[in-house]
Amino acid sequence: MSELLLFRDIDEPGLNTIDVYRRRGGYDDLRKALAMPREAVLNELLASGLRGRGGAGFAMGKKVSFLPKGAMDVYLCCNADESEPGTFKDREIMQKNPHMLIEGIIIAAYAAGANKAFIYIRGEYRLQADILDAAVAEAEAAGYLGDAILGSEHDLSLVVHRGAGAYICGEETALLDSLEGKRGNPRLKPPFPANQGLYQGPTLINNVETLATVPSIIRMGGDEYAKIGTETSTGTKLVSISGHVKRPGNYEIELGIPSREIIYGLAGGPPDGREVKLWFPGGSSAPVLTKDDLDLPYDFDTLAKAGSMLGSGAIIVVDDSTSVVDVAYKTAYFYRHESCGKCTPCREGTNWTVKMLERIKAGEATPMDLDIMASVCTNIIGNCLCVLGDAMAMPIGSMVAKFRDEFEAYIEERRAAAWATTEEPEPELAIIQGAVA
Amino acid sequence: MEVRRFEHGSRVPGWDREVDLSKDPSQVPDPATTPVPEDVRAEIEAHMAKYPDSRSATLPALAAVQRHHGWCSPEAIEQAACVMRLTPGYLTAVATFYDMFDTEPVGRHRVYVCTNISCSLRGADELYARVKELTDGDADFAVKRFECLGACDIAPMASVDGTYVGPLALSDVEELLDDVRNDRDPLPRKQLRYRPSAGATTPDDHTEGTA
Ligand SMILES: Cc1cc2nc3c(=O)[nH]c(=O)nc-3n(C[C@H](O)[C@H](O)[C@H](O)COP(=O)(O)O)c2cc1C
Ligand code: SF4
Ligand code: FES
Repeated sequence: MSELLLFRDIDEPGLNTIDVYRRRGGYDDLRKALAMPREAVLNELLASGLRGRGGAGFAMGKKVSFLPKGAMDVYLCCNADESEPGTFKDREIMQKNPHMLIEGIIIAAYAAGANKAFIYIRGEYRLQADILDAAVAEAEAAGYLGDAILGSEHDLSLVVHRGAGAYICGEETALLDSLEGKRGNPRLKPPFPANQGLYQGPTLINNVETLATVPSIIRMGGDEYAKIGTETSTGTKLVSISGHVKRPGNYEIELGIPSREIIYGLAGGPPDGREVKLWFPGGSSAPVLTKDDLDLPYDFDTLAKAGSMLGSGAIIVVDDSTSVVDVAYKTAYFYRHESCGKCTPCREGTNWTVKMLERIKAGEATPMDLDIMASVCTNIIGNCLCVLGDAMAMPIGSMVAKFRDEFEAYIEERRAAAWATTEEPEPELAIIQGAVA
Repeated sequence: MEVRRFEHGSRVPGWDREVDLSKDPSQVPDPATTPVPEDVRAEIEAHMAKYPDSRSATLPALAAVQRHHGWCSPEAIEQAACVMRLTPGYLTAVATFYDMFDTEPVGRHRVYVCTNISCSLRGADELYARVKELTDGDADFAVKRFECLGACDIAPMASVDGTYVGPLALSDVEELLDDVRNDRDPLPRKQLRYRPSAGATTPDDHTEGTA
């Protein structure tokens, strides 16, 4: 990769202060953007091909262009809820280079015609929120926020809003409700936030990393940025890699490099003597891939074609020391906890899946339970208000499909062990299901 | 964190907690009869002023009263409701949605041990058990298992009164809790804030990373 865009000098002492940030060219891109007409800034974003880094991978420029033009207040919300298991990249940007994010927000707000911006940061990120608060105060004092920014006609206020612990508030419409002071329940779409979002006004919602990339696009020009990466997955991406690897952490990569290079080259692969059993390529909501998929190029379209997704860019590696059942259980448990409870298939389906996995672990299940679990997943997908339910169903479904033999062996083993230690006759439920010979 | 479930697996406490039907539903509290500490009021009002709609200050207001009272007690909620001109019922409904608000009394030190996927791959369940064991019976501690805290690079990890520490070995727990009990900075050598970015250094620079 030619150069780091997001992680350049990331550990430089004091980079989180405005002085150091400016010394290395910070806020020059804002000056450049404000000297351009709004449409020209938007055109650069469109030309860059930048796709959202928060999960769905929607083209950012296109999202900006959807905002209706008119007299009403337009809002910008930066999604810093970062709660997708395995994801911790936004944290590093906010903690170490908050002004890059703020500069990106100001430029994006200019392109979108937004005058009020919010950063919705998860409440657990206290250190990062404190750093952002300080950075916003510095930017205000320097005239980068407020009225008539740098003598232009662009006004912008920016508020750092702290959440209070709820994964669902990363879903864009739940985020809006939460920011309005309500329980974080997702809204029915349409209307989409671009038309009716915060306080019923048109709202642009983008992830931290997406917005932090904007200054680089203005500096390089959209066409130049689009030369990085692949044709449909342009640019660089922060990848959070964790689990069974030697060097977990955040790495900035050029989209399209082989996944193996990230997992083995950068993160050092699993501990010696172990091999990759499965990996989530884009957070826990992404269907799992196996060791056969390690040579897939890491980009949006390739991973989608392989039946999974790039998601938030969080790779979780599981090696052969761990049972797939335990991974499935942790995954389902998370979604059960985080389901907001609004839709029956998601609320009940996540609960049932956890219960079924508990039966499996307790030696009370039969292979037929795997089919029931699969049918629960099928019944969730596409039947809910938001995709949290799908986000459990898809990875669980992929684990059962790809590791069915292991599930069955596990079930048999636990059943045998459970029967060996009990004097009771075989469990009643198993007989009812007709699964006992 | 453990999802609390009530009778029939319901998450809604109302189903098995009796309600005093002889009382009227609570109204927006009367400022004349609801004393609110001056600093709490000032903080909530400052938050309300930041938003186009003051109701957006709900979460910061609940955080403010929780900090003051130690938990979102009925009195705390009443005070927030009084300043924000909302009903206590509305604020209670919001508070129960979010994991970081406690609607039951808790110890003053909040320890969130992450037991999500990446952390559990590196021993989080054992870590949680150890923390539980060593704080057993200590009313100053509120230990919760938590979902991914966004710091899987330091797995297994915990958030101790808001400070992220990891990777935690089982042998670190005693020292960590000792720091907390004595109001010292918790385990500074393992705090996330001092950790360099993985992607900013060459692979050879990394020596730690496993517990
Ligand atoms: C359950 C759920 C949780 C989500 N969590 C986050 C999150 O923590 N951060 C984030 O940026 N996007 C999250 N998203 C995606 C957002 O809904 C939205 O697509 C994204 O913020 C848009 O920004 P982008 O286009 O820049 O990616 C989540 C989506 C769902 C369905
Ligand atoms: S799918 Fe689940 S999380 Fe999403 S709105 Fe429905 S119940 Fe809530
Ligand atoms: S899984 Fe523990 S911090 Fe992410």
